Amino acid sequence: MSGSEAGPFGPGLASAVSARLPGPKWLVERRASAARQLAGVALPVESEEEWRYSRIDEIDLSGAAPAGRDGEPAGPSSDAGRLLEAVGSRAATVRALAGVVRTVEVDPEAASLGVAVVSAAGLDVAPEGLGAVLEPRHDAFTLLADAFGADAVVCTVPAGVHLERPIVVVHELGEHPDGAVVLPRTLVRLGRGARASVVELVSSGEGRQLAVPVVEVDLDEGAQLAYTAVQQLGRATWQVAYHSSRLGRGAVLRSFVAALGGDYARQLTESALAGEGSAGELLAVYLGDGSQVQDFRTFQEHVAARTRSELVFKGAVSGTARSVYTGLIHMHPGAKRADASQTNRNLVLSKGAHADSVPNLDIEENDVRCSHASAVGPIDEDQLFYLASRGVPPEVAERLVLLGFFEDLLSRSPEPGVADYLREVVVERLSAGVLPGHPHREAS
Amino acid sequence: MSTLTISGLRASVAGREILRGVDLEVRSGEVHAVMGPNGAGKSTLSHVLMGHPGYTVLGGSVSIDGEELLTMPTWRRAQAGLFLAPQDPVEVPGVSIADVLAAALVAAGRLAESERDVLEERLASEAETIGLSPAILARALNVDASGGEKKRIETLQLAVLAPRFAVLDELDSGLDVDALREVSRRVERATTAGGEDALGVLAITHYRRLLDELHPDAVHVLVKGEIVASGGPELADELERTGYASYGRPEEQLAPVGPDPFGGLFG
Repeated sequence: MSGSEAGPFGPGLASAVSARLPGPKWLVERRASAARQLAGVALPVESEEEWRYSRIDEIDLSGAAPAGRDGEPAGPSSDAGRLLEAVGSRAATVRALAGVVRTVEVDPEAASLGVAVVSAAGLDVAPEGLGAVLEPRHDAFTLLADAFGADAVVCTVPAGVHLERPIVVVHELGEHPDGAVVLPRTLVRLGRGARASVVELVSSGEGRQLAVPVVEVDLDEGAQLAYTAVQQLGRATWQVAYHSSRLGRGAVLRSFVAALGGDYARQLTESALAGEGSAGELLAVYLGDGSQVQDFRTFQEHVAARTRSELVFKGAVSGTARSVYTGLIHMHPGAKRADASQTNRNLVLSKGAHADSVPNLDIEENDVRCSHASAVGPIDEDQLFYLASRGVPPEVAERLVLLGFFEDLLSRSPEPGVADYLREVVVERLSAGVLPGHPHREAS
Repeated sequence: MSTLTISGLRASVAGREILRGVDLEVRSGEVHAVMGPNGAGKSTLSHVLMGHPGYTVLGGSVSIDGEELLTMPTWRRAQAGLFLAPQDPVEVPGVSIADVLAAALVAAGRLAESERDVLEERLASEAETIGLSPAILARALNVDASGGEKKRIETLQLAVLAPRFAVLDELDSGLDVDALREVSRRVERATTAGGEDALGVLAITHYRRLLDELHPDAVHVLVKGEIVASGGPELADELERTGYASYGRPEEQLAPVGPDPFGGLFG
């Protein structure tokens, strides 16, 4: 049924399923409205520019059903435990299962400052801003999230509040029958001049499920947010994720994403620099082995004057894994003296692995600065020779160079604890065979 | 006392024979200079000694105390006691000097994984001797380093690894006079300290000024891939007067002594 004119779900079915989900009136109405729209929307196809190199044509939602609320975590999640330990002391911790908030702990001090971390399904009125940041990117998948999303984690930091410790959001998707659709959702809103750090983990069981995580970040004037996301999905999970942010005047976003899991894992990142002088730093590391596909689409939307953005995405693929990066710097009319850069670097570690990297510019304002750089290739032979000339054995040299490739960005992670956790995970993945048989020598 | 023996070494790059039978012998504590005009094969010699994959050995032998190096991969040659300070050291993003030296020393069984702090102390004290700011040690290897800093970083690694023989490829390029002196002092100290096991040096250079600091025991002239003359330090003085004309390359003159702002460009 992929790409069918009638939409991925029949109109009757969509409304019926959506209406059966529990929740407050605003949420039920919101779902019903999205379900009606969804009925008239087709799934995207690979021939569309934004879905080139993707695996969207393989998706079949005819037998799909929203994951039940009774999904259980695939045992105690070791990823969650390790990450929480690595982060250390927290201002708040939320745990959600299959998109439904289960537990919320907010440090009394943070609570006394008005910091709110809540379940949207527990609110009598719709949380302000839900869906607003994502709006320009609406498609069949965001409608799916709106139509069937059971809940959302809503983090609000009031104006002027500076949080020293991070808010941690753990989205465990759980273990579900094949074909289940899981819709974790997070909304982060910072008031004028507020400062905070949010760390998010998304993990799942081993079933063939589709996850559509949606993250919206709304920063008011002068707000500063560090946002760190770790994607540790199960190796059969498909992901179509949306990370959208909107920055007010003078706001600053530092975003760091580590994408490690999934079978096909796509993430769209959009940062709208809407307020004058706002600045976004968008960093990501990704690792693919086996037959994984890591797929990134980025949009640096410079709407206002003197906005700045720096994007650096770096990844490595081995086995028959693939990665896709396509990114757009969009300078809107009026983005005078805006400055944007975009860098994508890929290490291809085996003959069967492949990386596509496509940077794009759309400049509608004269007085701007833009730069982009893109690279795809094996581990640098000169670096390996140099380390060998010091007496470093080849497998150790490859590991050092590969870790160094990521260290470049890990050292810029806004949460040092998360960086430490990721260093460990990357080492484990390397030991588990991201570097099988030293492919660069195989090739020579 | 060790001996580095190069005999009848022939090598090619991209199918072109560059080294046509090089013979050299360096003993512990000795400093040998190899000089020659552009294109003589100086850089090829340093790469072939260390086993760079871009060069093909056509014949000959390179050994330390009778142990053949040419059949070893590069890292084993290093473990056997050979060190190459390349003309233009590569940048290795995200990897520190300590990471590299720890990996090399652990692989050689000269350092336990748990002794990394010992290594870092050693690096800090050596860095001070060589005139390197401690901040360099925290940075990625050679990344954003100036030409002079890179040569000091090479010298630092040489000092900590303490090889038996070091090939210094245009060590003076990118160095100002003061830096050249500091780096040369440290190398010279390695060639005198340690008695029987003192460092042996093969300094490959286009310019005489390095020799004013390094004080070689022997000078060799490399022309068209062969050693055409060998002698004491006085040979360098003679070359400065006569150039390489008498060695069959009348068009080549020895480069002038003095600051060389574009050192890296003259391989």
